[in-house]
This record gives sequence, structure tokens and C-alpha cells, in this order.
Amino acid sequence: MQVPILKQGGVLIATIQAALSDEDLLELRTALVQQVVRYRSSGVIVDVTAMDVMDSYASRTLLEISHMIRLRGAATVIVGIQPEVAFAMVQLGLTLEDIPTALDLEEGLAYLQQKARSIN
Amino acid sequence: MAPDTQILIASDKDVVTARQQGRAVALQAGFSVSEATLIATAISELARNIVSYADQGSVTLKPVHGPNGTTGLTIVASDSGPGIADVILALRDGYSSSGGLGLGLPGVRRLMDEFDIVSGAGRGTTVTVTKWLS
Repeated sequence: MQVPILKQGGVLIATIQAALSDEDLLELRTALVQQVVRYRSSGVIVDVTAMDVMDSYASRTLLEISHMIRLRGAATVIVGIQPEVAFAMVQLGLTLEDIPTALDLEEGLAYLQQKARSIN
Repeated sequence: MAPDTQILIASDKDVVTARQQGRAVALQAGFSVSEATLIATAISELARNIVSYADQGSVTLKPVHGPNGTTGLTIVASDSGPGIADVILALRDGYSSSGGLGLGLPGVRRLMDEFDIVSGAGRGTTVTVTKWLS
């Protein structure tokens, strides 16, 4: 299950469309980091609305994606964590640490635009 | 009571299959979407431990009857891998022997109502967890 990545201006949008295996998550990580470099993107949004489960492996991979992209000077926002998924994550002890999250794609884009404005 | 479902776990794709089947069985057993997500998350952690540490094993979903007419879902994650030398240590938050988050087993224990583990070096590992319908 490949995750489509759309380019909108300086932002890459990866929309997860179904349950992902560990391998799929690693492919997403590679693809996002490569494309951030190729397109000189300033921000990345990972839309996890369709994710059935966010377990420790998925959380760790999202953290890695965010840290790698930050080293490139770009920001990552995770959007669309479902309420029941959030509930399970907290019980499991997963916090996504310092990665910004937003309700949906629209709010994620607004966050990145605001961040870009505050830098310029 | 629905029959048991056994899912063989040998790759990361089987982890996804196991948690999806677990969710379906949980919903069928009457659990809410939120509870089914907790169960699916626990299965994901347990099945991944099998792939990471034992190469292969199985996850069995068992609709069960409890005391006082309660019903629930028991999940048995079993492998004949190297086993866990120090189970107490593995159940401590923050401990992992594979560089992971170290949240697997203590987290699973928090997600479920009952938790039991039988393991030992060279003896494989069997984790049995149950969620009761409230």
C-alpha cells in the first residue's frame, strides 16, 4: 500500500489511505525525506485520518520522519488522528513527543503557513 | 459464542491482518469502536513482538464467557522463539532489548483488563490478554 504524496506549493501532503504495514511506513519515510530534498519543501503534512491503529512502531516511524525532515529545515504536522486512536495511544503511553498535530488538513496547512510567515 | 480464530504471524503484513481481524471480531462480540481500537492496538503490539523476536508464531482470538454472565475477548499471542529471560524487567515501562520504545508489554497491559505472560529463555513466549464487555 503506497502512500500518495501531493505537492502543494512548498508543502508536501502524504495521505495515508489504509492500514499500513511496517514496511509501508518505512517506504513512506524514505519517500518523504527524498521528496523534501527534491522539491525544497518547507513543510510536510502526514494525514493519518484513515489509520486504524497507531501502535509503538507507527509512532516511532512518524517521530523519525519528523526529526529527519526537521534536520532538512522543514516542519512536519500530523493531522487527522481519530479520537479512538488517540485514546488507545495515550493508554499505550505514546505521545508523538514534540511533533505538532492538527485536527485536519486545513488546520495543518494553516499551521505551516503561520510558521512560514513568522520566519519571514 | 463465535469460534476461535487463529492467525499465523510470520511477517509485518500478518501484523496488520491480525489486528484487522481482531477489530472485526471485537465489534462482532459487541465492543464499541473505541474498545475495538484498544484491542486492535494491543494485538498489533503483541503480533509485532512475535515478528521482531521470534520470526513466527500465532495470534488466537477467543470469544469467552466470564463469571457472572459476562462475555469478553481473549487474545493469545504465542511463539516458540528465544523467550524472555527476565519477564519482570520486560514488563517495566521504558525497557526494551531491541531499541524500541520499550512500551510494548506494559502498554498492552494497560490497554486490556487481564494480562498473563508465560516465558523463559529458550521456552518461547505466550501472552494471554482479555478484555471484558462492560
